[in-house]
Amino acid sequence: MCLAIPAKVVSVRQEKARVDFGEGVLREVNVTLVKAKVGDYVLVHAGYAIQVLDEKEAQETIRLWNEILEAETVQK
Amino acid sequence: MAEKLKFRDPDLAKRITEKIHEIAPKKEAVKICHVCGTHEWTITHFGIRSLLPENVEVIAGPGCPVCVTPASEVDEAVQIALKGMAVTCFGDVLRVPGSKMSLLDAKAEGAEVRVVYSVSDAIRIAEKEPNKEFAFFAIGFETTAPSTAVEILNKPPENFSFLVSHRLIPPAMKMLVEMKDLNLNGFIAPGHVSTIIGLKPYEIFPKIYGMPTVVAGFEPLDVLFGVYMILKQLREGKPSLENEYARAVRWEGNTKAQELMQKVFDVVDGNWRGLGTISCSKFTLNEKYAVYDAHLKHDVKVEHGVDIQRGCRCHLVIIGKIKPTECPLFMKACTPQKPVGACMVSIEGTCRIWVKTINRVDK
Repeated sequence: MCLAIPAKVVSVRQEKARVDFGEGVLREVNVTLVKAKVGDYVLVHAGYAIQVLDEKEAQETIRLWNEILEAETVQK
Repeated sequence: MAEKLKFRDPDLAKRITEKIHEIAPKKEAVKICHVCGTHEWTITHFGIRSLLPENVEVIAGPGCPVCVTPASEVDEAVQIALKGMAVTCFGDVLRVPGSKMSLLDAKAEGAEVRVVYSVSDAIRIAEKEPNKEFAFFAIGFETTAPSTAVEILNKPPENFSFLVSHRLIPPAMKMLVEMKDLNLNGFIAPGHVSTIIGLKPYEIFPKIYGMPTVVAGFEPLDVLFGVYMILKQLREGKPSLENEYARAVRWEGNTKAQELMQKVFDVVDGNWRGLGTISCSKFTLNEKYAVYDAHLKHDVKVEHGVDIQRGCRCHLVIIGKIKPTECPLFMKACTPQKPVGACMVSIEGTCRIWVKTINRVDK
């Protein structure tokens, strides 16, 4: 039920945006809850974008994961 | 983005699994609880339990809103439908058992029950048919409640009302941690609920209950790193609140959504199927918006329903006390086609998820 799918914003008109879920699946979603602009990735839950995904944070997560793995390896 | 950034990198998965085995206590049991149906799906689908040390258990808490919606509220929706109003709802609510019948049973008896993808679709249908009364069965946790709030504030048409059944996750987590016989050692907090509420509501778990709490995303690596972070906190004896899902969850959450929810809802004590009453765990419509309240508009109020049918063990599955396969009805009397218990209904219900992957999960 709390499933949310990332999608790329293609166009925005007031509270509605057209988003691309990938592989050609386009749908209109409501963006009242977020400040989304064209090109952003948003998390879509039941027709509403609930958050804008942060690509920098995503890269940072991968960096941290690698750091965790490296740090532990050194400790060994 | 996920593909580009290797959120499913098998090499990383292998390495973090090794680290989990290194860091986990050698003998004493560790019980980590998640409270999200989507986490259960990731864990079961990708066989994550089979990767963990034998003494590290991940259990599924009450993270499926369909499963915790009490029979009394399904009964109210059924009553509205049987009175001749059209009821709109999400697809996974359709088969949830009420005391005597589900919305699907009501539909089979001629009632008008329509499945929608979102509350805005429900409103669009009502606008097209102004001479018919519509009630929307608004279930879901904090992830879903903001969409209901948006539409209430957008002034829905006169022929539209809401049967608000939204529930809140942190009070349920508090109830779990206070159940001493569950012996929990850590929480994987739900990623998408957290996009809305942020991290602050979880602060009490490490601070007051000494419970490591990590907000995690839904890729298999998110869950594995979440487990690792909890085990690390346990080993160091420093329970804290960490955010593994920073790409979607900010500390403050979605403040716009919080503001809209505060405007239209009041927080009250709520009954959860199989769990009883949990204080301050349910949204109800603020009296300013009473005109949209389906209870008042259609004069329905069911105080008590039959939540657990004879033989059903949903109340134990939902807090991870037993596995679905330990229920005597599992895939015998209770199947996805004809569910006896609510956990067998939604694709996020623990029993339903286990059916799909039965040959791959640890029985």
